[in-house]
Amino acid sequence: MKYFLHLTLFFILSLAIQTVQAEDSINADDQDQMTQIIHLADQLSRVRLKKIQPILSQLEITGADIVQPMFEAMRAGNLYYLKADKNSQRRPVIVESLGDSNYQLKDAITLDKKGQATKKQLKKIRSNNKIRGFLRDAIARLTLSSENPEVREAAVKNMLASIDEKTIDLLLKARLQEQDDDILELMDVAIALHTLRTSEDAGQRLAALEPLEQSLLPVVRNSLNQLVAVDAAGKYIEADDTLRVRASEMLKDIQQQLDFYGFIETLFFGLSLGSVLLLVATGLSITFGVMGVINMAHGELIMLGAYTTYVVQLMMPNYIEYSILVAIPAAFVVSGLVGIAIERGVIRFLQGRPLETLLATFGISLVLQQAVRSMFSPLNRQVASPEWMSGSLEINAVLSITYNRLYILIFALLVFFALQLIMKKTPLGLYVRAVSQNRDMAKAIGIRSGWVDAMTFGLGSGIAGVAGVALSQLTNVGPNLGQAYIIDSFMVVVFGGVGNLWGTLVGGMSLGLVNKFLEPALGAVLANILVLVFIILFIQKRPRGLFPQKGRVADS
Amino acid sequence: MSSTSIPAGQISTLHAIRNKAPLFLAILFGATLYASVCNLYVPQGSVFYVSTYTITLLGKYLCYALLALSVDVIWGYCGILSLGHGAFFALGGYGMGMYLMRQIGDRGVYGNPELPDFMVFLNWPELPWYWAAFDQFWFSALMILFVPGSLAFVFGWLAFRSRVTGVYLAIMTQALTYALMLAFFRNEMGFGGNNGLTDFKDILGYNLQADNTRVVLFLLTALALALAYVASELIMNSKFGRVIIGIRDAEDRLRFLGYRTDLYKVALFVYSALLAGIAGALYVPQVGIINPGEFSPLNSIEIVIWVAIGGRGTLYGAVIGALIVNYAKTKFTAILPEVWLFALGALFVAVTIFLPNGLVGLFKRRSQGKLS
Repeated sequence: MKYFLHLTLFFILSLAIQTVQAEDSINADDQDQMTQIIHLADQLSRVRLKKIQPILSQLEITGADIVQPMFEAMRAGNLYYLKADKNSQRRPVIVESLGDSNYQLKDAITLDKKGQATKKQLKKIRSNNKIRGFLRDAIARLTLSSENPEVREAAVKNMLASIDEKTIDLLLKARLQEQDDDILELMDVAIALHTLRTSEDAGQRLAALEPLEQSLLPVVRNSLNQLVAVDAAGKYIEADDTLRVRASEMLKDIQQQLDFYGFIETLFFGLSLGSVLLLVATGLSITFGVMGVINMAHGELIMLGAYTTYVVQLMMPNYIEYSILVAIPAAFVVSGLVGIAIERGVIRFLQGRPLETLLATFGISLVLQQAVRSMFSPLNRQVASPEWMSGSLEINAVLSITYNRLYILIFALLVFFALQLIMKKTPLGLYVRAVSQNRDMAKAIGIRSGWVDAMTFGLGSGIAGVAGVALSQLTNVGPNLGQAYIIDSFMVVVFGGVGNLWGTLVGGMSLGLVNKFLEPALGAVLANILVLVFIILFIQKRPRGLFPQKGRVADS
Repeated sequence: MSSTSIPAGQISTLHAIRNKAPLFLAILFGATLYASVCNLYVPQGSVFYVSTYTITLLGKYLCYALLALSVDVIWGYCGILSLGHGAFFALGGYGMGMYLMRQIGDRGVYGNPELPDFMVFLNWPELPWYWAAFDQFWFSALMILFVPGSLAFVFGWLAFRSRVTGVYLAIMTQALTYALMLAFFRNEMGFGGNNGLTDFKDILGYNLQADNTRVVLFLLTALALALAYVASELIMNSKFGRVIIGIRDAEDRLRFLGYRTDLYKVALFVYSALLAGIAGALYVPQVGIINPGEFSPLNSIEIVIWVAIGGRGTLYGAVIGALIVNYAKTKFTAILPEVWLFALGALFVAVTIFLPNGLVGLFKRRSQGKLS
């Protein structure tokens, strides 16, 4: 037994040593490369202008990806060294102007921040047009041979606009090694554009149109437009008729596709706005629709949810990525508790007096706004978006969908269906429906109507808080955040039909869509006004909304 | 609403108004005359001197009182809660503002004899057609009545015929004023956009900055309030008024008895909008500016609060509420600006829960308690 233990220990130890050795050897290689780069970079500012290019070549060979930022900075004229280092080793720094001749410094090799300096403390690393030309090509070479496909794709995209003889050679070479289909396609487009511009042979040029067929890139559209353009005298600039006819056909196709994708984009924007409206109105459809309480403080409960997100983020600064996931239940609890307090403290004394309830809750909304203003200052607060929510899903060159809007759309639907489940499948939902249909009867069969009221109101308010979390990702968080949505959310509930959750869904989505489809023609504000006027007229025609609740009450 | 029978107290309220009217008018005229005389004929150093600033402030309060009266007429007597009455007020104000704007002539910053400053600034080539006749006072006065009145007529006609009542109506009126606010914020509308109309010089040839003009405007406002008070009281004591109160307490019953309740409501709504429009028109020359902020839903809700605090369904309660709340607002916002919204919010809650009949109701209960 003892032997066995020793043996295992020995085995583990030796393994550990081996791995350490292996890491060491890699580190040694890295170290070697680093010292070489640092040495070469030091030389950049010491040698004469003529000698700079060979040094850069060497840097390119040894450095690969590491030197790319340095090259880009040098090309843009942002590469300096500190005068203080004049007689010691000169580490180049990338500078970023902060105004007033103050500069933010970044190490050109490690990219670590190195504090600030004034212009007087810095000396620029010289270059000329020839060197800049070399740098451009070197950057293209480095990025095209990068191991990261995204970098390669970006490199090809950058080259699209300005292809000349030198870059086309690079591109042709890189194309042979490229495996990724998307990038290959892009490269073909780039090569075709070049052929179209430079080739003399009519057949070759016509053939070059083919890879452009399905492309939606703006640069392709420009090139095709040039082919069908007319000069000042009204004559076609392009002499080749077949080429021109083909190009105009392709342009028509592209335009059709653009229209289609434009439509999809508007549709998405409409659904996105609709999802925001749905989120802010869902809570209201419980408190107003089911309970019949006019809660003018609903907007402020949304605002509280947004501020909860902000506070949660302040409390866990190192976990911004997850803070929003913590914020959702936190906001639900905070707004829900405030909602229960409002219900127990004020609303229950005003039962059956809807107009008074409206006024009292409006008073509460003023108090909440001012409270937040006093606690957090009247200025807007910025809530950071987690990494996984920023950026956009690029479907093609003209259509991209931002992740935050996509997630909010999904989130709104999730919240909606969760609420449906609560209302339909849980005892609480059953009680709520019983009390809302006939309070006295519900009491008679032993339902504690007071408790149900408080829970229902808490539920609706909690959902308002959750809506606030979503809104904090779209707009700035300020004390007036809720006010902007209160009228809209009432419109959605009234339009959809009071007391009908499905009506809220359809109402929110259709108002969002109508708004966004009117917007291009009328502008945002006028579209908003028109929608409001439309709802005002609609309510005259159908006072109970799109989906009226069935009932036998003649007057309510 | 339909099941509640008429509370006995409501009937006695009606008699109470009749008794209060002379007293109300006497106090109003006494106070305004005193303030005016003390402003014009008492030397500045005297303790009795009333500054022009105070006169203007009082004039503003009286405009608010008239506005509160207009809300009380429909809410207190007919049960129609409008959360958009600020819209009629602002429309009346814009009518007057447009007239005053045209009176500036070439004394504006850009010196254009025809176009108001903001149009020159926005490169408008010529005056829009709807501005054309506003250099005539009679036309402007007509529009001050016509525009809010016709908006109220159209809105009321549509709403009351479809029997949109209670909370729905409240939210619709709020949407109405919100939509108008968005519209007036647009520069393209030709009403000065965000900045509204301001920099007025004179009215009917009299300098707006002069003490005399200010006092006359103040007296006119008081006169308008008195006339509106008397007219409203006459209306409420007439047969028409009885029907209106009947609608408040049991609309269905009246409908079953054969009354066209919707027509009564439309008529009363238009009357109320006219009062609000007049209040707006008197407000603008005294305050010197009108901008789209007046349309904001918050303003409209504040009016309702004045009425609720004073006590609705009494007319004088609305006036008292408007004066007290606005006086408090002036004081609070000067001394403790952060506290004002807390105080206003707390007032909303406290009044609705503890004082359903407002301050007037509080005193009435006391005096009744003493009697019994």
